[in-house]
Amino acid sequence: MNIALFLEMAADAAPDRIALVCDGTRWTYADLLAGARGAAALIRQSEVAHVALLDESSEAAVMALFGAALAGVPYVPLNYRLADADLGALLARISPALIVGDGARVQRLCPDAANVIVSRAEFVAQAQALAGDAPVEADAGDDVAIQLFTSGTTAAPKTAILRHANLVSYILGTVEFAAAPEEDAALVSVPPYHIAGIAALLSSIYAMRRILMLPAFAPDAWLNLAATERASNAFVVPTMLARIIEAMGQMVAKGAAQPDLSALRAIAYGGGKMPTELIHQALDLFPTTGFTNAYGLTETSSTVALLGPDEHRAAHGSDDPVVRARLGSVGRPLPTVEIEIRDEDGQVLPPGVPGEIYVRGEQVSGEYRERSALDADGWFPTRDAGYIDADGYLFLSGRADDVIVRGGENISPGEIEDVVMTHPAVAEAAAVAIPSHEWGEAVGLIVVPRAGHSAPDEDELKQMVRARLRSSRVPERVLFTDALPYNEMGKLLRREIKTLFAR
Amino acid sequence: MKPGTKLKSAACDTEVMVIRCGDGAIECGGAAMGEAKPEAVGTPSADFAAGTLMGKRYVDAAGTFELLCVKPGKGSLSVDGVALQVKDAKPLPASD
Repeated sequence: MNIALFLEMAADAAPDRIALVCDGTRWTYADLLAGARGAAALIRQSEVAHVALLDESSEAAVMALFGAALAGVPYVPLNYRLADADLGALLARISPALIVGDGARVQRLCPDAANVIVSRAEFVAQAQALAGDAPVEADAGDDVAIQLFTSGTTAAPKTAILRHANLVSYILGTVEFAAAPEEDAALVSVPPYHIAGIAALLSSIYAMRRILMLPAFAPDAWLNLAATERASNAFVVPTMLARIIEAMGQMVAKGAAQPDLSALRAIAYGGGKMPTELIHQALDLFPTTGFTNAYGLTETSSTVALLGPDEHRAAHGSDDPVVRARLGSVGRPLPTVEIEIRDEDGQVLPPGVPGEIYVRGEQVSGEYRERSALDADGWFPTRDAGYIDADGYLFLSGRADDVIVRGGENISPGEIEDVVMTHPAVAEAAAVAIPSHEWGEAVGLIVVPRAGHSAPDEDELKQMVRARLRSSRVPERVLFTDALPYNEMGKLLRREIKTLFAR
Repeated sequence: MKPGTKLKSAACDTEVMVIRCGDGAIECGGAAMGEAKPEAVGTPSADFAAGTLMGKRYVDAAGTFELLCVKPGKGSLSVDGVALQVKDAKPLPASD
């Protein structure tokens, strides 16, 4: 199996249909397949161990992804936002590589003569030039398709690998071939080095849904592209959605014309915790749009559970607290995926009891260059903490590594944050473990006061937690700040918050 | 036969990719499929002429065999003479 099959099938079914719109240029499925075959010829000539991308999204990302697949060489999109020292370390780990993008930075950080470095324009031009004579035969696809460095929010980045078999299984299990009507278009604004960015390309191409690529997210550019190209689908991370809604609010305030989003049928989101208030707001603002919350990890080839449009509307409109609470859930497992919650000894836990989330399925790689994390029965320990309710809905409560262990008692930061967030003067809150002489660890709480409110009283917050939870959950220290630290995908950087308490 | 193997029909244009399989002969249009295209392509037998559709997955009742149609044709798929059925999958909302 080879993921290049998806592009081959699309190009076979409708070669002249527009597959990709990027920076105003339109590419057909036949254009992209020709470019991928030319790229594969270039990769084979280069005799490299990896194909890397150090660049924003563009047609080059599509040609590199499928070109690497056709040539049977792992594709490694790199995070261009990394600091020099971190990026240099990753570059050293993938040599010899064909590296597409910011060549000057590569030369400066990793002057390795074994690498072949090409700019985006050179890569696309060479791929097109080689396309005519390039072999059409694809590699068997028995090995690694994609190698992604994990974001390393808790430790040094690990090298996650996704095999062709994992990704083919994911796409065949979730997407119907050519299911999208020709007018459909998916707005892709997640970066190319994130699993969501890769999955978006694979899913859209197999569904034959035109890709509208937004290389650098900005709310006005997103709204403009969605309106002018009549986007029917979009994937966003929660921070993007918050900024889009804010920008729309400013347009209203200024009396400016609202962008025409009447074609926008579906918005999917994931990648970080969605504030409940924000999703309620979005459901009101886009009354005819279907929202889907997708939960997945790099190691699981993207989505393993989802909360669909009908479930969003049912929860949004319900007075039943159990149904309403589902807006805070990531939904139910895909039909092709199994999910279990286990305790520290590996025992499966009953509904409602929190523990570590385990995932199993053909799309789940759970594999790193260094080792496989799968257990003997093929289960992958995600290191995410959560529970499944009586109706099978999965709720996340943070990373297992974020659990606060106070005097031997496990405390999930999420339960404290959820209580504190109900205070009218609290916009955001995060609970982290802080060292405690008496308990080993104790709860540190950091709060962002809501705009227009004065900071809430520290004792009042402690009293709320004591009343709603129990005394062991009460924060030992409370800090106030203007903003919490997030990475560009909307993941809260708890490691950085801990350093604030250390000062 | 290993997953990923591509098989061609001896009776029509159909091509499939093997997703999973067990013991048995995979046929299209009533004739055994092979990795190479025969020089003379026949016609589907009347019992196996319902056609294949691009992108559809075909399965046997036991779920042992699963084939993805990557090129459509006039013949229909079977294993040891037993017709395969289109895999019924509930559509999922787009999630990426």
